[in-house]
Amino acid sequence: MNFDLYGFGPALAAGTLMTIKLALSALCLGLVLGLLGALAKTSPYKPLQWLGGTYSTIVRGIPELLWVLLIYFGTVQLMRNLADLLGIESLELTAFAAGTIALGICFGAYATEVFRGAILAIPKGHREAGQALGMSRPRIFWRLILPQMWRIALPGLGNLFMILMKDTALVSVIGLEEIMRRSQIAVTSSKEPFTFFLVAAFIYLGLTVLAMIGMHFLEKRSSRGFVRSTS
Amino acid sequence: MRKIAEIVAWSIVVALAAYALWEGLTALNWDVIIKWLPRLTKGALLTLELVGIAVVAGLILAIPMGIARSSRHWYVRAVPYSYIFFFRGTPLLVQLFLIYYGLAQFDAVRNGPLWPYLRDPYWCAILTMTLHTAAYIAEILRGAIQAVPPGEVEAARALGMSRAQTMFYIILPRAARIGLPAYSNEVILMLKASALASTVTLLELTGMARTIIARTYLPVEIFFAAGMFYLLIAFLLVRAFKLLERWLRVDACQGR
Repeated sequence: MNFDLYGFGPALAAGTLMTIKLALSALCLGLVLGLLGALAKTSPYKPLQWLGGTYSTIVRGIPELLWVLLIYFGTVQLMRNLADLLGIESLELTAFAAGTIALGICFGAYATEVFRGAILAIPKGHREAGQALGMSRPRIFWRLILPQMWRIALPGLGNLFMILMKDTALVSVIGLEEIMRRSQIAVTSSKEPFTFFLVAAFIYLGLTVLAMIGMHFLEKRSSRGFVRSTS
Repeated sequence: MRKIAEIVAWSIVVALAAYALWEGLTALNWDVIIKWLPRLTKGALLTLELVGIAVVAGLILAIPMGIARSSRHWYVRAVPYSYIFFFRGTPLLVQLFLIYYGLAQFDAVRNGPLWPYLRDPYWCAILTMTLHTAAYIAEILRGAIQAVPPGEVEAARALGMSRAQTMFYIILPRAARIGLPAYSNEVILMLKASALASTVTLLELTGMARTIIARTYLPVEIFFAAGMFYLLIAFLLVRAFKLLERWLRVDACQGR
């Protein structure tokens, strides 16, 4: 094995940065989708409940890789039509955008269930108290439910984020230059696949450990003032 | 009055959604989907084969690992712990590439007796998926073993059963029921993970879809059909596990 990585160290570092960027932007999209999905599923309206349920069921039943491929290759025609409509020369999704959308959709589907559980876990009395004070429904959600549900949803979201970070490797299939893609490029010139894929594996392990430490602190912070009940 | 307005508004929304769905579905080229359905079915069969072998072999591998993982001694726990940590902390794609492309780096492997198998993407995919899922199943098993009520273990020991007897006659059958719902989740996750086998040129459902698209240039139709296949398989698996749970009376065993 060669420990200076044939000068591919900086390329791998740039790939790591790209992976982190992709994971964070997919996380943002996924959190929004998850919140919307959970709101739809817990709303009193049947069509909305049905919509939220369909979203999370369908997305969770189809592989992440298929979503990545479908959104990257499947939206070409759609984007072309959109470009015609807007009168722009050409419009296409970059690998980064497609990866963000695909991973965000998948994260959102799982987050829907996590958020739904968290919303249902908040005592009914809190909502009723808000109603008794004359707060509107959006206001009750924003001021009473949302701040409290984070604490309950956080462990589940942490697990999902770690899954999301590992799924970013799939976006290398459509050519985004993240860790996996950079390692593949390094392999073609160095002819040492085991070395570089092992390095990639350890980078992912490092990222997972970092995420675990971050989650630990977030969980500790969000559960200030709560005594952990003995199970 | 407000009720009526609400109903009207909702009917308009539902009608619009139904119209959009109908437009979307009729815009698809159904002839192409039907034409390539047999090939996709072939891919789906390979997917089922990969998943079936991986989850069964993974379970066999996971049983000793789960038992060791729930041991009281730290040095027994350490080995399965590091194995599980590695396989759960890295993407399946990396593991697959490590085994399929990576092992060829070593002459000892290339000249070894196992090379005909390790050169074949089919066996590499099965090996990787088995090792990967074994780590997850071992963790499920550990949780299930630790969830067995201590009173039952103590009762078995009080009846004069040895440690090994307690493990095989009391703890494991009990843990199997406790862990079954989590195991069925893992099987569904493996079904989705099996799509990665297409990256090492294997023609399972996703791989087959990609080759068909390379010939027809109709990604939406073919990926849509492949997605429906995955949904169908997942649905059937969930149903099968529900039946198995009812047959084993998992619900009755969950209570403390």
